[in-house]
Amino acid sequence: MSNMVQAIRMALHVAEERHDLTDVFGEDVGPPLGGAFTATQGIKCAWNTPLDERGIVGASIGLGLAGCRNVGEIQFCDYAYNTIDLLKLAGMMYWVSNGDWNCPMTIMTPVGSGIRGSVYHSHSFDATATHIPGFKIAMPSTPRDAYGMLLSCIVDPNPCFFLVPKALMRVRNAPGEEIPGEPGDDRALSKMIDAPLGDRSKWQPRWPETPDLFVPFGEARTVRKGRDVTVVSYGRTLPLCAKAAEELSQENLEVEVIDLRSLWPYDWERLKESVARTGRVLYVNEDTEVTNFGEHLVRRTTDELFYHLAAPPKLLGGAFVPGIGLADNLEMASVPQLPSIRQAISDLAAMEA
Amino acid sequence: MSTNLRPVPSAPESEISPELLLRLHELMVKARVLEERLIQMYKQGDGYFWIGGPGEEAFNVPLGMLIQKGRGPQFDYCHFHYRNSGTWLAMGGDPIDSLRQMKNTATDPFSGGRNFVGHYSRREWNVVPVSSPIEVQHSMAPGTALAQKRAGGRGITIVTGGDAGTAEGDFSTCLIWSSRPANPLPVLMIVTNNKWGISTSYQGQHGEKRVSDRGKAFGIESKTIDGNDPEVSYREIARAMEYVRSERKPFLLEAMVSRLYGHSSASGANRISDEADCLVGFERKLEERGLRSRKEMDDLRARFTAQLQEAHKKVRDEPQPDGKTIYDNVFADRDLVREG
Repeated sequence: MSNMVQAIRMALHVAEERHDLTDVFGEDVGPPLGGAFTATQGIKCAWNTPLDERGIVGASIGLGLAGCRNVGEIQFCDYAYNTIDLLKLAGMMYWVSNGDWNCPMTIMTPVGSGIRGSVYHSHSFDATATHIPGFKIAMPSTPRDAYGMLLSCIVDPNPCFFLVPKALMRVRNAPGEEIPGEPGDDRALSKMIDAPLGDRSKWQPRWPETPDLFVPFGEARTVRKGRDVTVVSYGRTLPLCAKAAEELSQENLEVEVIDLRSLWPYDWERLKESVARTGRVLYVNEDTEVTNFGEHLVRRTTDELFYHLAAPPKLLGGAFVPGIGLADNLEMASVPQLPSIRQAISDLAAMEA
Repeated sequence: MSTNLRPVPSAPESEISPELLLRLHELMVKARVLEERLIQMYKQGDGYFWIGGPGEEAFNVPLGMLIQKGRGPQFDYCHFHYRNSGTWLAMGGDPIDSLRQMKNTATDPFSGGRNFVGHYSRREWNVVPVSSPIEVQHSMAPGTALAQKRAGGRGITIVTGGDAGTAEGDFSTCLIWSSRPANPLPVLMIVTNNKWGISTSYQGQHGEKRVSDRGKAFGIESKTIDGNDPEVSYREIARAMEYVRSERKPFLLEAMVSRLYGHSSASGANRISDEADCLVGFERKLEERGLRSRKEMDDLRARFTAQLQEAHKKVRDEPQPDGKTIYDNVFADRDLVREG
């Protein structure tokens, strides 16, 4: 069963074989490394660029305008900040030309904390990405969703962000959520598609036969049904929310957990139905809490569901500090962890209606 | 112009037919009259902001005449900046469309009233949307050139900018990405050097004697020319283009030009008297060679002026975009750039 980087690799392979993906590029993306997280190993159209994020985003736009489906990688989203004006430009291409120039392109970048990445390998990007109109934004929390959402990004006629929670890169699919066609045995898959250590010049991957599986934009996934509280999350914090819900079920609290996964467009209908039913909602992500995407969701919840609410809608986000410190205690205190998520859910459930 | 900014003299031989010279002249006049009309529109309140390229016609018009326009990688991709009106007209653009963009009408074919004047865009001709941030087009250019290199053929990517913009990292990006030993790209990098960035002089900010010198470090063929001479410009652009088309490698062409009405309406858009006027110099030559008389030239200008006056009146009555349309075309549901 694949982990998330293997799922990404398989999606890129399918896209270059069957969906006209012409370029996967970025720093250390091509051979011999195949990506800092190995997500591009064995991809024929993967190539290395100069160490220049503006060049990567610019080339991605240019390739898109020339009709080439492409995936440009920013090695860590922390290094995308010097490309913001180019990202704005990509997002406005179709709008500013009043519908004449669309721009198919995908910017793939690892996001978030969880690997003790210190100040410049732990940033989140969802608040920034959702502040750039014109992009579709995918942020999977399972390998299967990573596979299906990356394929959706690649074939979309618009610019897309594919945000990869780096803490989940090695997490595997839950039983029953496999990608059809992938070997069930982890070691068998590894032998097929993981590049060997040492000399890789003669190595060729053997790809499993996996299908066109498109996870559509704008469709959230209900991870767990519940009647008492709705928890909406995505990325690294999603499995923590699911775990907290599982633990709280021992205390007779039934928590509904929704994986938003498509940040733009997003599945408001599913959120609305759930929150109207439970009357309580907690949004959880790990980006800094001021002008956080969850704040938008809180505002919309208040605007549209006020009379359904039994308690104020809540947001649990990351601390509004300039970076995430390296020391274990610093990282743990900066972004939501299982205990703080569990506590936030309990507190919300306990608030009097 | 100081000594160290003088262009490298070009070969004196003439390869340009009289018919072509007259066509060059006609388009230069048309481009100048267009810019003058746009400035007038601004001053009359028929537009919020003017920016353009009066003074660059001797370079921009030949450039437009030499571009292989069309759609897709077999034709030239154009990443212009906002001073390319002469190029646009020489490619066959209708001047009334510039007036429409100036007046931000719903009929503006480039942006539907969303963007400033001179911000051209036309997929049918591979003209990608011009954007206001300086030099970003240089980061995008290697992308279209990469597609062209892979597609084969003689299509090239043309990217234009000014001298001040070369201080942006995007200029370096273009130099580096287009000259990668792993895959050199067919990019014609053009710098029209008017020696100014708004109010800041080139000489106060740039230690390099010529912008084109920067190409040398990357092994990029480079040249500085007199962009105020349309014959020199035509020949040198044609040569640079031929090199890029056939060698599939980059070329950096710097053209020394004039800025006749300042940076934009933000600095008044008034005529600058101490800059050389390429049109005056060229008209003198045409007269001396007996190719076009003063009267013919005056008639030509009067004709274009009248045409644009009419166009201005027409545009005044055209509708403004409806506020309800702001959400239109945020997302595409068709992959237009991939459709044949």
